[in-house]
Parts: sequence; structure tokens; C-alpha cells
Amino acid sequence: MSTREGKELRTILADTCTRLFTAQVTPQLQESAEKGTWPEALWRQVEENGLTLPQVPESRGGAGGSWSDAHVVLTTAGRHAVPLPIAETMMGGWLLAQSGLDVPMGPLTVAPSSLHSRLTLARDGNGFRLDGSAPRVPWGRQAEHVVVAAEDEGRPMIALVARSGAAVDEDVNLALEPRDTLTWHAATVVAAASGPPASMLWQLGALARAAQMAGGLEYLLAQSVKYVTERSQFGRTLSSFQAIQHQLALLAGHTAAAGMAAQHAFGVMDARGAGNLGEPAFEIAVAKIRVGEAAGLGAGIAHQCHGAIGFTYEHSLHFVTRRLWSWRAEFGGESHWSLELGREVAARGAEALWPHLTSR
Amino acid sequence: MPTFNFDLCELPSEAQSLRAEVREFLREALGGASSSKRALSWGGFDREFSRRLGARGWIGMMWPKKYGGHERTALERYVVLEECLAAGAPVSAHWVADRQSGPLLLRFGTEEQRQRFLPRIAKGELAFAIGMSEPDSGSDLASIRTRAEHVEGGYRVNGTKIWTSNAHISDYAISLFRTKVVPDKKHEGLSQFLVDLKSPGIRIRPIIDLAGGHHFNEVHFENAFVPDDMLVGKEGEGWRQVSTELAFERSGPERYLSSIRLIMELIREAGREPGERAAVVIGRLTAHLITLRQMSLSVAGMLQAGQNPNLEAAVVKDVGTGFEQEIPETVHALLGVEPRLGSGSQFERTLGYLVQHAPSFSLRGGTREVLRGIIARGLGLR
Ligand SMILES: Cc1cc2nc3c(=O)[nH]c(=O)nc-3n(C[C@H](O)[C@H](O)[C@H](O)COP(=O)(O)OP(=O)(O)OC[C@H]3O[C@@H](n4cnc5c(N)ncnc54)[C@H](O)[C@@H]3O)c2cc1C
Repeated sequence: MSTREGKELRTILADTCTRLFTAQVTPQLQESAEKGTWPEALWRQVEENGLTLPQVPESRGGAGGSWSDAHVVLTTAGRHAVPLPIAETMMGGWLLAQSGLDVPMGPLTVAPSSLHSRLTLARDGNGFRLDGSAPRVPWGRQAEHVVVAAEDEGRPMIALVARSGAAVDEDVNLALEPRDTLTWHAATVVAAASGPPASMLWQLGALARAAQMAGGLEYLLAQSVKYVTERSQFGRTLSSFQAIQHQLALLAGHTAAAGMAAQHAFGVMDARGAGNLGEPAFEIAVAKIRVGEAAGLGAGIAHQCHGAIGFTYEHSLHFVTRRLWSWRAEFGGESHWSLELGREVAARGAEALWPHLTSR
Repeated sequence: MPTFNFDLCELPSEAQSLRAEVREFLREALGGASSSKRALSWGGFDREFSRRLGARGWIGMMWPKKYGGHERTALERYVVLEECLAAGAPVSAHWVADRQSGPLLLRFGTEEQRQRFLPRIAKGELAFAIGMSEPDSGSDLASIRTRAEHVEGGYRVNGTKIWTSNAHISDYAISLFRTKVVPDKKHEGLSQFLVDLKSPGIRIRPIIDLAGGHHFNEVHFENAFVPDDMLVGKEGEGWRQVSTELAFERSGPERYLSSIRLIMELIREAGREPGERAAVVIGRLTAHLITLRQMSLSVAGMLQAGQNPNLEAAVVKDVGTGFEQEIPETVHALLGVEPRLGSGSQFERTLGYLVQHAPSFSLRGGTREVLRGIIARGLGLR
């Protein structure tokens, strides 16, 4: 597909997402999701529009598009703070397809979402059983299936299990999105195949969160610009004060940088990422670092420009800022990825810095 | 939704093979130049180097062949620029002419001016300075007072320009003068001129910068004569033209790469197996560097597509200069080594150069505050 054609399709995709989320993701829906209600109708529309598996091959049940399509969906979902496991379903679906397994309908999640927990498979006749515990699994209680990265006698495997086979210990992140501990005892495995190591799950998570956060920043910028042009103090709109203008110019800069970093990582996924994240790992780290830093700064500026009203539950700003504060830490914060990236860059040596980054 | 339009830009394969050629050329031309010398970035002035670069066809790359240009793409030009900057090549004898004076003449100059100046610029033979700022007119450029009065066959100029980089070693300065005083309309009555810096009536006085260097000047005009054929564009259209020139000035990769030498020296200093703190710092700086490069490349892609990325260029410059300035601070916070002048290791000397020069990064070419004003306007706030 030519890049021009791809770009046009992505514009249509972005319009579809924006229209759907603008109409459906109301503050009421977000509030009810925060109280634990699963937005089933919204999920069904998202799924029917092919937004949950954009980059999964059609032969495995996906939309047959690219990671750049996934980027569009995740950014838009982040901008609207959509309370659904779209990112998790995308990651899980892709891992299954990548391992030669079919992707089931319905919401998926992935486990483990921490580098420190290990899940193991044990052979049982022709199939497998799953053991282990994974903390802070996104949307654990609401996913229908879980895609797990587990080991079978030290060999990395991807396995699909029904979530109903797990004991669920509920917890949430700052945005009251489910982050549950799932525990399996000899749980039935639907399908399994040898696959990538668990660290790839962590990388995909970082990639997805980078796009979601970049979208969140776009919201903060747009919402802040809107607010300061409407609110007046001292007989003029806040937007006429230079201090405010400059804060928002700074936010615009960070938003642009975040958007670029995320977009670049997804672009590299398309260019070099098939099956092996060894190549894009570099750009994923870059994206998580750069976007995560922008998220903290951006949330601060947006709240400052909104004054007290932005600090209320009544106002919608927090649906995004609370997500940013959690997401920047999920799947590795800036310090984690900076350490990884810094070690890699240092190992190559000073003279390799520029050649390396211009070769990509 | 007021967001800026940064699309990914992929370099075509011809740009990548050009990169290899440029790298090879620079390796040979710069030889064993030290890091602290390369840290001058686009501040190094070396006419011989510029002539050699011109001979390779790497100045005036996008200009028509009939003016000595090479009709290459914005992306190919971008590759040459970023390679020169990353290597710390002494580009300043052609930088201003290639970046803004030449393109300005191409857009607004007369046919005769183009034929007379562009081929020599492209050969790397003509160095240009920028005569905009005055003692009482910095950010408020439209308030300039240097007068150019029309007389027989040309203009008589009186007044003072200041901060004129390299005026003492350049051939010409594209200068902004007031040709007509229009009360209460400071943006009117301005005009741009090609000023031969060797003309009688022009006195160039050095201004030494805080690091003891001479690169700034004060340029006094005392009944200096500028012939009619050196008017650039239309009389009275100076403000519109200078805005175009400033957009050229802001759109390149020189607005985020000024401190790259220090990142490299830091990596060298930290070693192949750095401690955790150093690794975190190196990783973070690398993430910023790569992201800014993608943004800068995106601006080049927009130029190539014939768009007008003024706002995006202002964003890259604002974020980019902030990054350039942060690097010496970050290095200090990490290691606390003393910045040094002539003695000390290359790392300490590179730090010494950059600590002192960093304040200028967010002043030259439009201050941070001016840029944020431009961005705020783009956001619809003013
Ligand atoms: C290294 C270097 C090279 C230069 N080379 C050249 C050159 O070759 N040719 C040339 O013509 N000029 C050159 N300049 C001058 C440069 O363009 C000016 O420094 C710049 O335009 C700012 O003007 P100023 O220094 O008079 O500062 P001022 O305009 O006096 O500003 C001082 C401070 O006040 C802020 N400020 C001013 N107005 C406002 C406002 N409305 N709102 C908020 N803040 C404001 C500024 O942002 C700045 O922080 C160079 C400068 C440097 C540092």
C-alpha cells in the first residue's frame, strides 16, 4: 500500500474513532465505568467497527491493517479517555496471531504486566495447564480471555486462557481502571504455542501506553486552550495573559514531541517489527521516555490553567490527567526505559550515537 | 483541535546514499579536529571549508541550476545540514547565505541580483551577515530606526546595527532599514538591502562575548551609500520579506543539535558499562535527541511538500533550544565536573564551551518568549 493511500485510510479511521468516541464517551459513561460498570454497548460498537484488532491479520480475525492504524485508534482512544481495554485487546490479539493462534472475539487482556512475575505452563495430555499469579493485570475482571506469556520448561510460550479460570483480586489504578491480580491453579489453557518472551509483552504495553498518553496530551492542550479563551478574570479572557499563552505554548511543544515520539515508534513497528521487537525496542523506549515526561509536565500545565474548577470531580479534565499519572508508570516508567536505552547507547560507544540514530 | 501537523517523514534512498558521501567527505575534511573545537557547531568560520563544501555541490542545493544551484530536494539538503552539524563542521562562512540570504534573493531579488550573488554563494565564496537588530530594537524588530534615505542613484544610510554576527569577516549583510517614517505604523516603511560591508561609511566595531570571543559586532553607518540595485524586493515591503527570512532562519536542524558534542563526550566519559545514574541520563537525552530529530525531519518534509511549516518550525526551535540548554545542566547535575577552558580533558572543555554559550541558544534567531508568542498565536490565543 502506498503511503499516501495508507494516510488517507488512516484519516478515515481517525474520523470514525473520533465520531464514535465523541458521541459515546460522555462524562456519565466515564463515571459509571469508574464505578465498575462495563460499557457493553460501547464495547460492541468499537469491536464491530474493527477498532480492537486493527493490526491483526484478517486470517486471524483482525482488520488486516498496520501498526500505524493501531496508533490512530490508540491515540484517539487516549484523547477521549475511553474506559475500555482496547490497547490490551490489540496487544493480546497481535501476540496470538503472531504465535499462529486464532484470536477470539470479546475483550482481551495480557499478563503478566510486570517484569517480575512469572507464569508457567505444565503439559496435561495434549494440552497445557497454567499456574502462577500476575498482579495489576489491566481490565483483568472484565476481559473474557487473557493472553499470557508463560514458560514451558523454560521455553517462552503464548497461551490463551479464559479469564473465568482465574481467581481475581480486584484493584484499580488512579483512574479507577481495573488493575487486578489474577491467579491460576492448574487452569485450563484454550490454546498455546511457542512465542516471544514475556519481555515483549512489556514492550508492547509501553508502546501502547505511549500512544494513549500522546492522545491524552492532545486533549489537555485542546481543553486548556478552550478553557482559557472562555474564562475571564480582570476583565479579559485568560488567553490574553502572556503568562498563560506561554504555558500553553510549552504544552503545545511537549504535546507535539510526545506525538512525534509515539508515531515514530509505531512507524518503526511497521517498517521493521514483524515478529521480533529487537529492532523497534529502541524506539519504544524513546517513546515511553519522551511521552512519559511530557505527560507529567502537561498534566501540571493543564491543571494550572484550569484553576480550582479543574481540580473537581465535576470537571472532566481529571479523566485524562489521572490516566496520564498512572500510564506513565505502567509498563516501565521513564527511569526504567532510560536505563535500558542508556546502557544500550553507552555499550555502542560515543561515535556510534549519530550513525545509529540516522540509520533508523 | 489546535495541534500542530507533524507527520513522519521518511528519507528517500537517494538521501541515504548522499549521507554516506557527506560523512566520508567530513571525515577527511575535519581530520582529527577535537571535540571541544567541534563543539562550536555552526559557530566555526572557515572559508576554505565552505569552498570545499560548495565544490561538492552541497551549498545552494535546492536552487535552480541557472543560478549555480543543484536542484536537489529539501530532504537531501537536510541530510547535508544534519551531517555537518553532527560532525561539528565549521559551516558559518556559508551558513547564513545558504539558509536565508540566498533563498531571500531567490524569492524577492532581481534577476541581476540572483545572477550576481547566488552562484558565488553556492560555490562557498560569499559570506553573509544579518543586519536586523539595533541597540534599541531587539525583540521589537519593527521599531528599528536606521534610516535609508533615497538620494541620487541609491540610498544614504545612517544608524547602528548591533549583534551582527561575523560582520567583520563577512562580505555582505542583508540589512533592514527604515526608508520611510510612517507615524504610528512601525511595520510600514521598512526595506531590505544588500549591503557591501566594505563600503565607505561603514565602521565595524567588535563586541566581545562573555567567553572572550569576537563574533558579534556593532555596525555603524555614517552616510554610507547603498546603490539602487542593492535594494532587495520592493521598497516598503521589508517587514513582510523579513518575516519570510526569519521563517527560513528557524526551520533547520541547527536549533536542537548545538550540544550534541557534549552528549557524545558524556557517553565517552561514562564508558561502555556506565553506572545507573549515568545510564539513565544518557538514555533520557537520547530519547529527546531522537524525538527532536524526527520533528525537525518532519519540518523538512513539509518544506519538501511545498507547505509552510512556520508554526512547526517555531515549536521545534522552542523545544529544541530548551533541550540544547538543558544538556550542560544535566551533565553538571550528574557529574559535577568543573567546566574548563584551555586545559582539562575534552569532556571538561566541551562542557566549558557549552555552559558559557548555552544562554545564547534561546536568544539568537528570535527569543524563547517571541517564539512562544508565535506558537500561542498558532493556538488561537492571540
Ligand atoms: C549569539 C547571537 C547571535 C546574534 N546574531 C545576530 C545577527 O547576526 N544579526 C542580528 O540582527 N541580530 C543578532 N542577534 C540578536 C538577536 O536577534 C536578539 O538578541 C534578539 O532579537 C533579542 O533582542 P535583545 O537581545 O535586544 O533582547 P530584548 O528584546 O531586549 O529582550 C530581552 C528579554 O526580554 C524578553 N522580551 C522582550 N520583549 C518581550 C515581550 N513582548 N514579551 C515577553 N518577553 C519579552 C526577551 O524574550 C528576552 O528574554 C544575535 C543574538 C545572539 C545571542
